[in-house]
Amino acid sequence: MNLTTINNLIDRIRGRTLTFFSAGNQWRRRIALFLAVIGPGIITSNVDNDAGGIATYTQAGSAYGYSLLWSLIPMTIALYVTMEMCSRMGVITGKGLSDLIREEFGFRSTFFVMITGFLVDLGNVVAEFAGVAAAAQIFGVSKYIAVPLAAVAVWVLVLKGTYRQVEVVFLIACVFYLSYLFSALLSHPDWLLAARMTVIPTIHFDVSYLITLTALVGTTIAPWQFFYLQASFVEKKVGPRQYPQARLDVLLGSISCMVIVFFIIICTAATLHASGLTNITDAGEAAKALVPLAGKWAALTFAFGLLNASLFAATILPLSTAHVICEGMGFEAGIDHKFREAPAFYWLYTILIVVGAGIVMIPNVPLWKIFIFSQVGNGVWLPIVVIFILLLVNRKDLMGEHTNTVMFNVVAWITAVAMIVLTFVLVGQGIYQWARGVPG
Amino acid sequence: MLFATELVGASAYDSQEHFVGRVREFFVEPAEQPNRISHFLISRGRFQPLVARYDQVAKVAAGRIDLNVSERSLDAYKPNEGWLAVQKDLMDQQIIDTEGRKVVRVNDVDLAVMRTNEHVELRITQVDVGLPGAMRRLLQGIAPPALVRKLQGKLPQRSIRWEFVNLIEPDPLRRVKLRITHEKLEDLHPADLAEMMEELSAAERQGIIASLDEETAAKVLAELDERLTTQIVEKLDPEKAADILEEMAPDAAADLLADLPKETSEELLEEMPNLEAEEVRELLSYDSSTAGGMMNTQFAYVSEASPREEVLGWLRKQDFNLEQLDTIVLVDAHAQFSGTVPVARMLLAAPEQLMSDLKTEPLVSITPDANEKDVFELFDKYNLRMLTVIDEERRPIGTVTVDDVVSRLVNA
Repeated sequence: MNLTTINNLIDRIRGRTLTFFSAGNQWRRRIALFLAVIGPGIITSNVDNDAGGIATYTQAGSAYGYSLLWSLIPMTIALYVTMEMCSRMGVITGKGLSDLIREEFGFRSTFFVMITGFLVDLGNVVAEFAGVAAAAQIFGVSKYIAVPLAAVAVWVLVLKGTYRQVEVVFLIACVFYLSYLFSALLSHPDWLLAARMTVIPTIHFDVSYLITLTALVGTTIAPWQFFYLQASFVEKKVGPRQYPQARLDVLLGSISCMVIVFFIIICTAATLHASGLTNITDAGEAAKALVPLAGKWAALTFAFGLLNASLFAATILPLSTAHVICEGMGFEAGIDHKFREAPAFYWLYTILIVVGAGIVMIPNVPLWKIFIFSQVGNGVWLPIVVIFILLLVNRKDLMGEHTNTVMFNVVAWITAVAMIVLTFVLVGQGIYQWARGVPG
Repeated sequence: MLFATELVGASAYDSQEHFVGRVREFFVEPAEQPNRISHFLISRGRFQPLVARYDQVAKVAAGRIDLNVSERSLDAYKPNEGWLAVQKDLMDQQIIDTEGRKVVRVNDVDLAVMRTNEHVELRITQVDVGLPGAMRRLLQGIAPPALVRKLQGKLPQRSIRWEFVNLIEPDPLRRVKLRITHEKLEDLHPADLAEMMEELSAAERQGIIASLDEETAAKVLAELDERLTTQIVEKLDPEKAADILEEMAPDAAADLLADLPKETSEELLEEMPNLEAEEVRELLSYDSSTAGGMMNTQFAYVSEASPREEVLGWLRKQDFNLEQLDTIVLVDAHAQFSGTVPVARMLLAAPEQLMSDLKTEPLVSITPDANEKDVFELFDKYNLRMLTVIDEERRPIGTVTVDDVVSRLVNA
């Protein structure tokens, strides 16, 4: 079976599903309308649960058990509020976030966004390929085989597919996140306690608890996702009439993302934390520790989830970066273009993957330094991007009647300020760690 | 030559060498002169900004402007919709390069300095869309100007002559004031124009379609991604939309209307002339994945008993699009479908030869409710360029042409 056959198959499945629903009664038609738009929101928010994210959730669950679960609800709101603004801008203006920043804030701001974006995302791409390496190790595959294979697969997918085809593959990857549901089930958590801890906040005022809380928020809301989300709504050509469906897509995305985080935390809480293993710092280590505690299958589903998440994010992060830079510079961008039509876009994509995967392949490379570096970069990048978003979305000349309502602005600014403060704490902690010269 | 970037923030001095303020913006007044910088906006901190006319400027260099009048004779600045602001309306914005047929983003604007007896004028010569402009924007005010000039020489140039620049202004009133026309766009191939429009924002697309003549607009809409087409048509003034639909081939119009909400498509059909509307309505009644949904109801059909010369004479008098004249449909004495004749074969035939002698064998046709897959298979099997669609009484009601098939297969 060659690539064209696979791509045609994907298109056929998509077409059949749409036809099935649009031919039915009112409800089925409504689902068809939604299916035509679904994708960007669900994909973007699920990619938040990437290798770095899973490591953080593992840390949170193993160190503090169920007691950080309450933070998921405010995080869902923050995720939804920020992403909804970008989806709205994409749908109403038909332009990417980088496009708008360039047009409204000039070249220097855009250049800053492009350069930080490139460096931060490169660090993140390295983290994703490190995630692939860690997962492969659990399946007994050497990273020197797994990482190049992953890089090629990811590269070919975007190069040879159209936007619609790639999107279907991404949506399937989203479904694979459910493997964490199985890891959670197999580790027999205390569901009642978990539910109670989710609704009732418990705050401890010790430093490392607060730092873990901060990291949780920091890994979940990242600047690259705003660019990717808005660019995909634009590339998908979703218009104002489909805005309600786009919003639903973002809402479902935010919720599903947090449900997965919930499963990861309770899985590690019920096993690692319960047996006193509170010092687990990465996902690979967690998966290995799961074997004696919850059985081989719990560990394998956990590792599979990590592999899926890493591959998925290793595709989307370079894509997002390529969008940021090409839109800002006025180059052609988008998966629907061919290499020849959008050379800058595909070259950026290629470079990020090659360099990202290459760094992981270097023996004994101090990866944690790269992660701290990208975390700090994120902290510098995020406030600026979020403020740009808030300024742009309130511009009457761009958004017409679709600017934020007063209520929404209040929530959005509170979210923005809280996120900025939390990220700065994280940056400070990262610099402290760097200065001490020890990982973790 | 100067660059707009080098002028932003330039210090302005009056005829007595007094510092007036800094240049923050400069304008072109297209109604007067399409490429001359007509006004300079000079900001003075907390005081009211002033504006210097082009004939009040004595000398211009990077970072400095000297006026030939005193500060007191300058007017206070009042915004003017008819002025094109170089910083705000041009820098960083997307424009259409009508020569290169591409949408590009402006990095900088190149200005030529023209001296007259009393004053100095700046004329826009080209817009910079390449790396030199980007680098200037980045380093201006940070690195010494001499270094910037030296560095830019090493970078590959990419600029567009001012006369090939087509600005995009969504607001129709402002478009008129700024004398922006899209006449040059009408000369481009509709497919190229459609591709460029996909790079633009929703409002800009809307603005372009609204300002094109109906015929061009119809051709562009037929080439545009259907998701964008529906968004555009929905927002158009219904009367204009109906005029555009009228210009489209009935099958393309039907495809477009099928994607619109029922009320909108009904409203547009009401606006269209009855005859065209009837044709489109009939096409709309077919499922889009059938032969009926693919067919075009405008086609040439003649009696099989007519001689070749007579048919040619008749065709000359008709108003068919060239695409519809690839193949001629034949009907017998009962007005039933009896075959097709490729125009190429007519070309080679003797004048008195009867159409029935020029028929393509075997006789292939299809019913409107047949699935599009069956259509594809017939085209493939018989290497068709055109397929006739017939009703229950074997009367020809439309044709599917090879370009319909190709675009279906590509967009499948």
